[in-house]
Amino acid sequence: MNILERYHAMDYAPAPESRNEADAWLAARDFSKSLFIGGEWKAPAGGKTFDTNDPATGKLLAKVSDAGDADVDASVGAAAKALPKWSASSGYTRAKVLYAIGRAMQRHQRLFAVLESIDNGKPIRESRDIDVPLAIRHFIHHAGWAQSLDKEFPGHKPVGVVGQIIPWNFPLLMLAWKIAPALAAGCTVVLKPAEFTPLTAILFAEICERAGVPKGVVNILPGGPDAGAAIVNHPGVQKIAFTGSSEVGKIIRKATAGSGKKISLELGGKSAFIVFEDADLDSAVEGLVDGIWFNQGQVCCAGSRLLVQEGVAEAFIAKVKTRMARLRLGSPLDKNTDIGPLVDRTQLDRVRGLVAQGASQGAECWQPDCALPSTGFFHLPTLATGVAPANILAQEEVFGPVLAAMTFRTTEEAVELANNTRYGLAASVWSENINLALHAAPQLKAGVVWINGTNMFDAACGFGGYRESGFGREGGREGMHEYLMAKLPLGAPIKPAAEAKVAERADGESLGIDRTAKLFIGGKQVRPDGNYSLAVADRKGKLAGEVGLGNRKDIRDAVSAARGAKAWGEATGYNRSQVLYFLAENLSGRADEFAARLVQLTGASAKAAREEVELSIERLFSFAGMADKFEGRVHAPPARAVTLAVHEPVGVIGIVAADDAPLLGLISLIAPALAMGNTVVAVPSQKYPLLAADLYQVIEYSDVPAGAINIVTGKTAELAGVLARHDDVDGLWIVADSDVCKSAEAESIGNLKRVWTSNGRSVDWTSDLVGGEAFLRRAVEVKNVWVPYGD
Amino acid sequence: MTKAAADLKTEAPSVTALPVRVAANAPIEAHGIARNPGMKLDLGFLESMRNVNRSALERRVASLTKRRSIKADNQAAWLLRSISLMDLTTLNSNDTDERVRRLCAKAINPLRADIIEGLGLGDEKIRPAAVCVYHPFVATTAEAVKGTGIHVAAVSTSFPHGLAPLRTRIQEIEASVADGADEIDVVIPRGLVFGAKWQELYDEIVAFRAACGEAHLKVILGTGDLATLRNVMLASMVAMMAGADFVKTSTGKESVNATLPVGLAMVRSIRAYFEHTGYLIGFKPAGGISTAKASLDWLVLMKEELGRPWLEPELFRFGASSLLTDIERQLEHHLTGRYSANHRHAMA
Repeated sequence: MNILERYHAMDYAPAPESRNEADAWLAARDFSKSLFIGGEWKAPAGGKTFDTNDPATGKLLAKVSDAGDADVDASVGAAAKALPKWSASSGYTRAKVLYAIGRAMQRHQRLFAVLESIDNGKPIRESRDIDVPLAIRHFIHHAGWAQSLDKEFPGHKPVGVVGQIIPWNFPLLMLAWKIAPALAAGCTVVLKPAEFTPLTAILFAEICERAGVPKGVVNILPGGPDAGAAIVNHPGVQKIAFTGSSEVGKIIRKATAGSGKKISLELGGKSAFIVFEDADLDSAVEGLVDGIWFNQGQVCCAGSRLLVQEGVAEAFIAKVKTRMARLRLGSPLDKNTDIGPLVDRTQLDRVRGLVAQGASQGAECWQPDCALPSTGFFHLPTLATGVAPANILAQEEVFGPVLAAMTFRTTEEAVELANNTRYGLAASVWSENINLALHAAPQLKAGVVWINGTNMFDAACGFGGYRESGFGREGGREGMHEYLMAKLPLGAPIKPAAEAKVAERADGESLGIDRTAKLFIGGKQVRPDGNYSLAVADRKGKLAGEVGLGNRKDIRDAVSAARGAKAWGEATGYNRSQVLYFLAENLSGRADEFAARLVQLTGASAKAAREEVELSIERLFSFAGMADKFEGRVHAPPARAVTLAVHEPVGVIGIVAADDAPLLGLISLIAPALAMGNTVVAVPSQKYPLLAADLYQVIEYSDVPAGAINIVTGKTAELAGVLARHDDVDGLWIVADSDVCKSAEAESIGNLKRVWTSNGRSVDWTSDLVGGEAFLRRAVEVKNVWVPYGD
Repeated sequence: MTKAAADLKTEAPSVTALPVRVAANAPIEAHGIARNPGMKLDLGFLESMRNVNRSALERRVASLTKRRSIKADNQAAWLLRSISLMDLTTLNSNDTDERVRRLCAKAINPLRADIIEGLGLGDEKIRPAAVCVYHPFVATTAEAVKGTGIHVAAVSTSFPHGLAPLRTRIQEIEASVADGADEIDVVIPRGLVFGAKWQELYDEIVAFRAACGEAHLKVILGTGDLATLRNVMLASMVAMMAGADFVKTSTGKESVNATLPVGLAMVRSIRAYFEHTGYLIGFKPAGGISTAKASLDWLVLMKEELGRPWLEPELFRFGASSLLTDIERQLEHHLTGRYSANHRHAMA
């Protein structure tokens, strides 16, 4: 076409980004030695390589070293060797290194962007304007956390050697999200990039060499699933940080059960994109473009479920279709490309398969008549309407440019539909009514909520999921906690609970009036479902009484009551605080009785028993005081927006207490959970359950709403297992023997509940370390609500 | 719905370009665009346009200009297009007839002969769509551009503030039309927007349109004064309901003039009006558009949000004075690979 023809046509023409520098970099490297271990470039011990291809053409880019077990072992060794010096280095020293990495990346940002687009297929506009700048932002932001660590996180220490496994959808960005906080915290890392996209991680390792990162602090291991598994299972690794599928996340949770490894999981999503009738509809359409058609839809937090209010649904869908027709599919390196190829043939096949299945289940799948390149793994943007909630396209994460649309009538229904998923990563809310938007945001079960926007990210604002979207946050203060350990006063190993051997009372011993201790469920004393009892021995082994022997059905009922006690989570912090103060007041009124019971059951001295009761009251008082104080934060990301990091209750928390300090131990776990608005199903000490039976009487007249606290007495191992396997339990805190702890962690994968265990050890409940933020932090989910503003 | 409108419904890649350089006042059949007859002031419809989210619009324009890249031969072609969409403008207190004649001469011969040849334009006349002046220079302009197909645009109704008595403002339109203006750029009294006096605003614009007769009416909203994008959206919609042929951003005299977010709000109002009535309304950003690159951003905005028909002078204009020179420099650079200087191109 000559210029005059172009003048008349006014079409776009290819505007390719040059790949010369990237090709030169590729040509100059020996990828058979691209394991970066202890500051050296190594070939894998097994000598294997894997191919990484250009998804736009299918052509081979490089044959890259494929790390095996021995290489993982060497890397963990290098990281462990580097750990003492790195973690002991000053915050300022680490800050300088992080800063140097960030600046060095900035100096090579175009090379990073081009490599990323070649390797992953994402449009150059995205890698250039979003992925790479945000990755740099993470390093520079975390330099400040490194330097202020001692002041901002007193009493914490780095968790140690960290294994990090990242996905192929944002290779460099996910690397930054993982490595920046780890280095800031003083950890050393072994990171495995995804097999599809190892290139920018290799370039990053080169940057580390130049930026003065000490040898062994950062180890980069290109490799496949076996290398990933070797990292997860390596005993020298103290923490696993994983971003990827929920399926693999669950495998990791199970594999690390009982190992004491800290884990954070950033998993899948099926995020809702809610358009209310008073939204700026044209802007909401653009929000979808940035939501589901960003990175070909291969985004864990993609707004893949469109929920649009009935009154505007027809008009909105028409706008969406018009907009879709203007999306341009093409070479990732063309600056005019909106949608590139999917990362690999397998991914394309998977997306096609899901669309076909969705259609066969009744969805109407519409695609615009866009030009499609002749090679590469391209998939047309797809809009599925008439999608029932049960349709596979509404249920499963497609990880492709496929939008499933549904309508709703009321705000309540919108929230219900949005939450009708196993996932809980993100949500978008579109309305020009701030009252409505801020009414909906807290009701959405999602770690991130964007109001009138989507896919906004920043290093200062935590990102992470609820439910099966994983746990832990990346970015912000809460992200730093994932790489730090607060000191907990753990003691001796706990022995498995044994059935009490109870001797009959001596003939004629004074009895008083017989008391039947029951379970406490939904605010009522109830008999156990099985109608069996458990004998409780006193300190001399004689029968002190009997408690109900709770079983799985009692746990089921208790969880159901806890789930139903919504008023507690919705109450104000001040309100909860007064209830907990009142509970303390009433416990205080019966302090003598509880002390006597402790003496009777545990054989503690009168003084020690009195101290435990007093400390229990004090602890209740303390957490009552924190109910309206352990608050979220307001972030100021580099945009005209505020991000509200809101503390929300985790939900229903199962609590399993041990025999040590049976009253104080139980209260030390229940109180922080309640203070933050959680409802509780508590399994008290198997040996001394009568204390809990006494406690529910106090609860009964302390204005605690029915269902907020439920107590099921019985056998620790059995009941802990039922709680772990219950998919409507959101959190589980266990102090028990190591088998119970391990199996609870392993069994928690059904819904990826947040589990904390003492890992088989006892806890010194008298310590101040358990009275503060350690448990408060576990009692909340941080939800980041992005609120852009301006008029 | 008109034929052109029906075409537009099916949209995008297959839309055929409108014929180029048909006089805006030619009969409907010549360019396929029915003139907007206006509609009853519909406050319910107006109310439904209230939802304009500034942050979201800003994000859209920020990524829009990064999503499309116009390079090489395409850049030259698109810059020529910018020339053809230009209302070459002089609106200074010290304008004289001679100065205006010079501007007209530039409009008639905007490019150096070697550039025309180098770009291979042959006999194709690529010229600004109109020359835009104050009323006293309308007759001079009409005389100077006679026979070239270049339109004569007059700013009117007590430009730039619009605060003279209504009768005076209407008389000014009549006088300019009588002197040979075929496009009238009127300003609205911004106070009517702040007071939500939609009926009064509507009635005034209806009166302006009546005074225009066959001349086309461009309604300047004074967006820099309107403070919010919501006000821009509502004022734009009232102007179209009242029969505007074009809506235009600014006078060039406000502290902030044509910005892309304002432009986006207005093109979305045009789209909504089209969807509601089937009529195609033109858009004219004016003020502060002085670089070739900026003009490309606006073209991308039009193509992406409204489509190919809005890259014709019947539906899109730049109000500009210094833009032409920058485009000439870029075109010379395109041909020679050397960066050019202003003084190498004939001034207006």
